[in-house]
Amino acid sequence: MIEQIPQILVLLGLIVSAVLTYYFKDLLAATLAAGLFSFLISLEFYILQAPDVAISQAAIGAGLTTAILIIAIRATGRYEEGSS
Amino acid sequence: MSRIVRTGADFLYPAILIFGLYIVAHGHLTPGGGFQGGAVIATGGALVIVAYSYTEVSEWLSGKVLMGQEVIGLVGFIGVALLAFAFGQVFFFNYLNASGSLFGIPVPYGINAGELNTGGFVPLMNFSVGCEVWGGLTLVILYMLSGIRREES
Repeated sequence: MIEQIPQILVLLGLIVSAVLTYYFKDLLAATLAAGLFSFLISLEFYILQAPDVAISQAAIGAGLTTAILIIAIRATGRYEEGSS
Repeated sequence: MSRIVRTGADFLYPAILIFGLYIVAHGHLTPGGGFQGGAVIATGGALVIVAYSYTEVSEWLSGKVLMGQEVIGLVGFIGVALLAFAFGQVFFFNYLNASGSLFGIPVPYGINAGELNTGGFVPLMNFSVGCEVWGGLTLVILYMLSGIRREES
């Protein structure tokens, strides 16, 4: 039971960060929440003893995707418009 | 971006570069390999590209150099594999394994810390893939940023 506590915490963090990504109207904050989701899921891969996948997920998901989304936000607008 | 972000990127970029090259070089011993190490290095490149403006970045990084890096990686990969025909073997035969030359010593027996100088041509494949992924993923970010500047001007 005691070794499942980190997994439970990581899964709760995953759910919270996914819900935050949906509800943020500030797109930069939503991008950072998506980066947090990627970081937590790479941590979960590491806990499940797949360090190879964890390195890929941390580099591609938390690094490159966040950078591409931040560049896209710089090109367009920072706040979500239209349907509330 | 602000001065804090730029100074942080200046300090972090060499560390990320060294760590990515470490992952590439130890690909046949530890978790990771060519793709993972190249992606880590491209993350460092993305950090610099996001921190600085396009005019500064385009002086340091050229798209042609990155594309050439990609071509060198792909040609190196297929060239190392095709070189097996010169030794009278089939395609992708590991001709360097236990040959005593580059990366060619036999794997030590028993529990050990891992000998870097083993694996035959697997480290060469890792270097090729790392070079290619480094160029390709950095090129994606660079072209993304260049698209912005063209729209603004």
